[in-house]
Amino acid sequence: MSKDRLTHLKRLEAESIHIIREVAAEFRNPVMLYSIGKDSSVMLRLALKAFYPGKLPFPLLHVDTTWKFREMIAFRDATVKAEGLDLLVHTNADGVAAGITPFSHGSSVYTNVMKTEALKQALTAHGFDAAFGGARRDEEKSRAKERVFSFRTDTHAWDPKNQRPELWRLYNSRVRPGESIRVFPLSNWTELDIWQYILLEKIPIVPLYFSADRPVVNRGGQWIMADDDRLPLEAGERPQIRRVRFRTLGCYPLTAAVESDAATLPEIVREMLIARTSERSGRLIDHDDSASMEKKKREGYF
Amino acid sequence: MNAIDPNVAADASAFTDYLGRHEKKSLLRFLTCGSVDDGKSTLIGRLLYDSKLLFEDQLLSLEKDSRKHGTVGDDIDLALLVDGLEAEREQGITIDVAYRFFSTDRRKFIVADTPGHEQYTRNMATGASTSDLAVILVDARRGVLTQTRRHAFITSLVGIRHVVLAVNKIDLVGFSQAIFEVIVADFSAFAAGLGFKTLTAIPLSARYGDNVLERSLQMPWYEGQTLVEHLEAVVVDDDAAERPFRMPVQWVNRPNLDFRGFSGTIASGTVRRGDAVVVAKSGRTSTVKSIVTFDGELDTASAGEAVTLTLDDEIDISRGDVLSGTIARPEVADQFAAHLIWMADDPLLPGRPYLLKIGARQVTAQVTAIRHKIDVNTGGELPAKSLALNEVGVANLSLSEAVAFDAYAANRETGAFIIIDRLSNLTVGAGMIDHGLRRAGNIHWQALDVDKRTRALAKGQKSAVVWFTGLSGAGKSTIANLVERKLTALGRHAYILDGDNVRHGLNRDLGFSDADRVENIRRVAETAKLFVDAGLIVLVSFISPFRAERQLARELVEEGEFIEVFVDTPLDVAEARDPKGLYAKARAGEIARFTGVSSPYEPPKEAEIRLDTTSAAADVLAERVVAYLQEAGVIPGVEVTI
Repeated sequence: MSKDRLTHLKRLEAESIHIIREVAAEFRNPVMLYSIGKDSSVMLRLALKAFYPGKLPFPLLHVDTTWKFREMIAFRDATVKAEGLDLLVHTNADGVAAGITPFSHGSSVYTNVMKTEALKQALTAHGFDAAFGGARRDEEKSRAKERVFSFRTDTHAWDPKNQRPELWRLYNSRVRPGESIRVFPLSNWTELDIWQYILLEKIPIVPLYFSADRPVVNRGGQWIMADDDRLPLEAGERPQIRRVRFRTLGCYPLTAAVESDAATLPEIVREMLIARTSERSGRLIDHDDSASMEKKKREGYF
Repeated sequence: MNAIDPNVAADASAFTDYLGRHEKKSLLRFLTCGSVDDGKSTLIGRLLYDSKLLFEDQLLSLEKDSRKHGTVGDDIDLALLVDGLEAEREQGITIDVAYRFFSTDRRKFIVADTPGHEQYTRNMATGASTSDLAVILVDARRGVLTQTRRHAFITSLVGIRHVVLAVNKIDLVGFSQAIFEVIVADFSAFAAGLGFKTLTAIPLSARYGDNVLERSLQMPWYEGQTLVEHLEAVVVDDDAAERPFRMPVQWVNRPNLDFRGFSGTIASGTVRRGDAVVVAKSGRTSTVKSIVTFDGELDTASAGEAVTLTLDDEIDISRGDVLSGTIARPEVADQFAAHLIWMADDPLLPGRPYLLKIGARQVTAQVTAIRHKIDVNTGGELPAKSLALNEVGVANLSLSEAVAFDAYAANRETGAFIIIDRLSNLTVGAGMIDHGLRRAGNIHWQALDVDKRTRALAKGQKSAVVWFTGLSGAGKSTIANLVERKLTALGRHAYILDGDNVRHGLNRDLGFSDADRVENIRRVAETAKLFVDAGLIVLVSFISPFRAERQLARELVEEGEFIEVFVDTPLDVAEARDPKGLYAKARAGEIARFTGVSSPYEPPKEAEIRLDTTSAAADVLAERVVAYLQEAGVIPGVEVTI
């Protein structure tokens, strides 16, 4: 019966804590990418557990595109204060100066400049040799083959054909100067696991996950929230109030809302279980074709 | 399964029950393996498809991909769901391990989908290392193949004790009981010696779903469980909590002066508050004061839990130490015999220093002897001098320091290690310890009547290695020569090992590849060590571009015996001098892998002596080395008479 001694969530939690401790012990200068979403919230909780009663032995890094939902930023700042965290915020100043926005340059250029390039800038500037990310293998096909410790060259590139074998719980943390490892402690969690853990552990998440009346416009069949007055409205277009929530959080112009009445965690989980659309479809960047995530990752996207 | 019955979803209390059940699920990790075209990916696709884990947009993308790359005509090609990377979608073979997830009311499953292609044994071992059960697929039309035997062997080698023999494509042989039974008999005969605790054979069709989740209507003769029923029920690890307690310390948690905790994941057994524990390597003991977690203190914790222990006594414990109970302790040794699986294109080279990671400890290790390699198709033993990619062998290893371990057969957590190449940093091998070797302890250096100190004393000096490193043309040999002349004039006994000269003899067989450079330095370091033992002051003049190898040379001798001299000459200065015309040739492309030009030089970070050759003449610099040797007590100062 011992296999059933620990629940699957307890096992996943222990595995993640093990990974996080290993990184803190073996790397010179690790950082935890903090995206403010539900997966980041779970990852942060696991990190707090790993070092309790001590504090986190590494900072958090938020890559701020300047287009995040306002509620996300408020949540971020409140979390940092409540947990006494060391937070670094980086924005690609070149991108801002060049006037790159999701509207002016399209989602692909914008994502590359304000997310991928910004992330690389921050990692290089601080000389981080390990960066935690909250990605899960169940999110998408190319992620299913991602290692827990994923090697990146000194230009932050990922070569899917040249990954280090990963055996047992023995992670290889060796890098040369400039090279780094992306670490994914939530690799073996599924979306359902994440939600159940949030429910069980009462982990705070951004209120945008819960349904509420919000101002939205319909763009290509998807509900985009008018989070501030930077959203360019087409002639005659006016935001309408709809009862919506978000299954995933990112930049508001690129993250579609779904119509929903789910206002509590169990209702969200229930809705997820009967959902007919997979998680990342709320993110507009994946829609080009099914190999697009792999391409982005090779270029250094998380 | 994961998707939910709408009636349950609609009923709030039924839904609460549903969530409660899912919170209490257990976890089973298994791998699927089989030959090319046995249908592994299709089977996993089937598990995901039948468990309704596919969402509409994934189905749309699947239909689109099926038309583009599919191999089953107009049907949905389930294998495309799991063959993730672009390249393999085009080539039609799986080339890496993919991890998949599905769950039932009773269990969550993590599936390692490992490739069946002959050259990818390493991936199978990777997937197997974290699995408790293996599903070995056989194509009913083809029966047990060489590769089936290979997969069963590796499954056994990596310590998996529970096997499902999935006889797939049974629909293509008319759901024949006779064919099924022949295959089962073939496989059982082969597997009898592999130490499996359970072997369950199931006839199925991944493409049509027979006996995967739903019982097949086509095979009334089969009365056993479906694949999913079996996976839900099989008990794979019934004694982990009862075995001896082991916890490798990952992290020493010291948030303030009042708290000193030792964090780690319990590898096996159970620990309770008040238990006596011992640090395996030092033998120091203490008592568990508390078991600390974020969610409160525990009275007891067991295998698989990540905890922090505090102890009653202030004993010395650091990362890499293994805590155990005071009885049934792990072995501690610096040599052991192990099974190795080689995973790199460059072969395993006995004698080459590699890094070895076991638990939370990293040490330098060398393979001292390959006893034999194993033909994974027959289990037969073959003689071998090295191991190539995907080869399996039994070898003796020697480590730079003793580590705590158990035999892999007794404990998969504390008996496993990985081998890392010091230069490329790649994980190049996986190892499973068979037993410790104590022969090293029986070679009694100290039993000799005359020892190193006696020999050195007779020469009026202390033994030392003075290691000159720097670019080609930096001035290493010039300065080393002057130092030797000065030492000889002082009546001391020194000897120069020069890079070029050694390559004419001892190292004549070595080239300039990274591996040969490593072996070059290793031999010189070992030679220097012998001369140190002979009581000499050894002057080594070698480019020795890599820190790792210089560190290795340093570790071979005693503390204080190694004096690193960085002959610091900027590349442009060395190149301008170019005493042997080598830079010119390297720039012209006539010499490949020339240090400073086409191969890296890693300058020392903490050399004992740094000589700036642009600021003083060689003779002045040689005087500084001699002065250092006097200050360090290697040779007597001028005012002392011996």
